[in-house]
Amino acid sequence: MSIFYYLIFPGFLFISIVGLLTAWFDRKITARIQWRKGPPIPQNFRDIFKLMIKEVVIPDTANPTIFLLAPAIALATAILAATMLGVVNMSYEVSFIGDFIVFWYILTIPSIMIILGASASGNPMSSVGASREINQLFAYELPLVIAISTVLFKVGSIGFGDILGYQAINGPFLYSISGVISFIVVLLCIQAKLGLVPFDAPEAETELGAGIFMEYSGVALGAFKLTKAILLYTTPIFLITIFWGGIKVSGFGILWVILKYILIVLLLTLIRNTNPRLRIDQSIRFFWGTMTMLSIVAFILTMFGL
Amino acid sequence: MPLGLNSLKKSIWVYHMACSPCNNCDIEILDLLTPRFDVERFGVVLVGSVRHADALLCTGMVNRQIKPRLQEAYLQASKPCIVFAIGSCAINGNIFRKSYNMAGPVDRAIKEVDPNAIIVYVPGCPPKPEAMISSVVKAIGFLDTLKAKAK
Repeated sequence: MSIFYYLIFPGFLFISIVGLLTAWFDRKITARIQWRKGPPIPQNFRDIFKLMIKEVVIPDTANPTIFLLAPAIALATAILAATMLGVVNMSYEVSFIGDFIVFWYILTIPSIMIILGASASGNPMSSVGASREINQLFAYELPLVIAISTVLFKVGSIGFGDILGYQAINGPFLYSISGVISFIVVLLCIQAKLGLVPFDAPEAETELGAGIFMEYSGVALGAFKLTKAILLYTTPIFLITIFWGGIKVSGFGILWVILKYILIVLLLTLIRNTNPRLRIDQSIRFFWGTMTMLSIVAFILTMFGL
Repeated sequence: MPLGLNSLKKSIWVYHMACSPCNNCDIEILDLLTPRFDVERFGVVLVGSVRHADALLCTGMVNRQIKPRLQEAYLQASKPCIVFAIGSCAINGNIFRKSYNMAGPVDRAIKEVDPNAIIVYVPGCPPKPEAMISSVVKAIGFLDTLKAKAK
């Protein structure tokens, strides 16, 4: 049954399709904002299928084992994180104590694998990208953890089941002052986690020439693209799960979930299209300054029960 | 295989390779990405690394400095990779034909390292964006022959 979960329903097949459709939605909205027509719906599927038949070039300077293992592990862990989230939302009982922390560890592994793969490729541009990715990882993790701990503080437990159960009784966390503040903080941190535009210094196409992904080609690049698409699905669902009442499949519940999901993706896309790229020192100052302050304010408000 | 090749026809990622151009063709290439022509409708995306590219857009006469770099970039690209020779200079050297630093037009430089390379010629000085879009259509025809070979 767990194989079925991992490969078919809340797992690989389902999330790849939804993730790639979301990536298409992101591209289409971007095109419409720039007054273009934009790509057709199957575009992202075509990109992945095309990358499957392309040749995989391994540079002479690379360490082939790590270079090729990194995308595979990134994809596998991204699927695992998404599956965990899906299964927990399907029934609260499967949640175990501390699965929130486990989920959080697993969600960090794709970023680390991207760093490892970029460092293993032996390209100077990639290593600059990798160092920026490390800096950014340290920058956004701090406010993110504080903002999420407001939720854990309110519930008094570190399990998805308890968080969802608490919200089912007392209403979503989003409908309170501290909830709104932490939601904004987590949304911006997710923007950095996905590597979208104001925080895309590691990837910087015009400056580093695709940076961390520079030496990747063929299936390996396809695996990274799929990982990004899956993370684009996982992180909004994570936001809905911990702040916005979780996923209810009964009746109109599923319609509401789809609307919330589209709204969050739309917000991410709009932020991406209306901001210029930040330098790495600017983005670190942003996260360790403003965002950390905001998340601490949210935490203090939580202590007063707001 | 047919699924991959069919997808390749609808999703051509291009890498912009400036082989000592006068920048006029480059401006026309960038026009392709603007709202008026918007080649992302056909899945064409400009990428930053030659490893991601399915097509090299080469502009300009190839001089002695750029020739080894062009050949290296072609060899480093992951195959199948189409080469577009854009503009008169890239096709035959145009007014620079008899220049002292001319190291052969794009097709000659590429065929030195790979005799079977697929090269698409787009004439014009500079070629219109419409001409480039039509050349992409012709390149897709080449890919059909590739598919026949694969069978």
